[in-house]
Amino acid sequence: MNKFEFPIIKEHVNCGCNVMTAISENIIPRLNQAFVRGFVNTPAGRLPRISSELVWQDHWGSIRARWGVGRTDYKIDPGLYALGNPDNNSSVFVSANYKMSFDHLRSALKGRSGWILVLDTKGINVWCAAGKGTFGTKELLRRIESSDLKKIISHNRLILPQLGAPGVAAHKIKQISGFNVHYGPIRAKDLPDYLDAGFKATEQMRIKTFPLQERAVLIPIELVEAMKAYLLLAIIFLIVSGISGPAGFWTNTATFGLFAAMALFCAIIGGAVLNPLLLPFLPGRAFSIKGFSIGIVIAMVLLYLRNMNMSGWPERIESMAWLLIISSISGYLAMNFTGCSTYTSLSGVKREIRWALPLEIACGAVGLVLWISAVIIA
Amino acid sequence: MKNLMYLKNVVTLQVDKNKCTGCGMCMDVCPHKVFKINSKHVVIQNRDACMECGACSLNCPVNAISVNSGVGCVNAVINAMLGRNNGECCGGPDTDNKATESKGGCCC
Ligand code: SF4
Ligand code: SF4
Repeated sequence: MNKFEFPIIKEHVNCGCNVMTAISENIIPRLNQAFVRGFVNTPAGRLPRISSELVWQDHWGSIRARWGVGRTDYKIDPGLYALGNPDNNSSVFVSANYKMSFDHLRSALKGRSGWILVLDTKGINVWCAAGKGTFGTKELLRRIESSDLKKIISHNRLILPQLGAPGVAAHKIKQISGFNVHYGPIRAKDLPDYLDAGFKATEQMRIKTFPLQERAVLIPIELVEAMKAYLLLAIIFLIVSGISGPAGFWTNTATFGLFAAMALFCAIIGGAVLNPLLLPFLPGRAFSIKGFSIGIVIAMVLLYLRNMNMSGWPERIESMAWLLIISSISGYLAMNFTGCSTYTSLSGVKREIRWALPLEIACGAVGLVLWISAVIIA
Repeated sequence: MKNLMYLKNVVTLQVDKNKCTGCGMCMDVCPHKVFKINSKHVVIQNRDACMECGACSLNCPVNAISVNSGVGCVNAVINAMLGRNNGECCGGPDTDNKATESKGGCCC
């Protein structure tokens, strides 16, 4: 086993990076990881065996990761795993070492055997990692070598998720390692059909959609992030209303502060929850416009429910302030969601940010000044 | 559900028809059906659907496609505009930097 000698690679790599420098980690994934069910003996050593059945620990882990608990650590050892009882003719599936990506893949392959080659993507899912290049040509070549894949299988077919394509140049893999990269379907659940059709994906398997369920699972992490900022903001608003209002501290916080805390909360729900859920039905193409629209509706509803006497200036100014503040917060959070969406382009996001961010900041700032004035002159 | 569309006329995608051999690889990797084959080479049939993921240009064996690709992550773009952090969102190719890695809120 001479994994440090691989002279062919050095000659062909033209990405300016030396593939050989980084092979230093252990090449076989540990057998004592919680999801491993025994091992198989191969010419490359004892490889961990895994099953396509997920158990409750796997599901629990996914839920935690979705809520941002231990998310950056939700990873498994990179390297080669045996699914079921694979032989030298079984397919090789390439995945990321984000545990959720790995679980998705194996659970889609119920009743089948195969090899799963896990790349070290630092615990990040296939698509994001491909975008950054950690699920990439270099790492795949390195992993093919360090796992001794050639000793284990007798064909040269690797199946990669289509969403890994932004990081991997299939023709370079072929040139350098001799392996043929086949891009499988986008959704793991289509894999059985793809395999049965002889590695052919239908057009529909190749199109990335963004259905309700996929949008919904992204909400928790957005919400958790936004709530951190919310707590700080709400406390500031409560204190400011307490000191600047016309009556005593506690009366003031009750009149202005509580409404403020609730308005801010609703603004966040608008941007981080309603926007993802209602995405296709909201007006405009730019996400900020979608967020602004939600914000305006929320502000209207809140002000209506508050049932204020709009004849005096303080009330009018305060209402105006909330219209501005709520829509700017919800617009900003909605804009933030472009990073999670599956159809926004970098050039588009740049264009949107260029006009939307200044607008959001301006609305927020003007709203804040108006609100403070309203509280002071009340 | 109709397919969602982002902003119009902003995408940087270009195909060099003279280089393209019509191998079809770009059509395989594109997640938004942007290309279609037209006798000998591919043409862009739905430019606004392109999300600039870069899969097509990286996988084109003859380098016929160019696109400014990148992850449309707001934090990253803002940071890049402010000249901070090389415009990476959650740790770039060099993910040894823990501080940038844990900055949540986006894709990963
Ligand atoms: S991958 Fe390149 S050569 Fe092949 S069809 Fe697309 S543009 Fe043409
Ligand atoms: S950059 Fe991505 S979305 Fe755009 S055409 Fe290429 S593969 Fe399709």
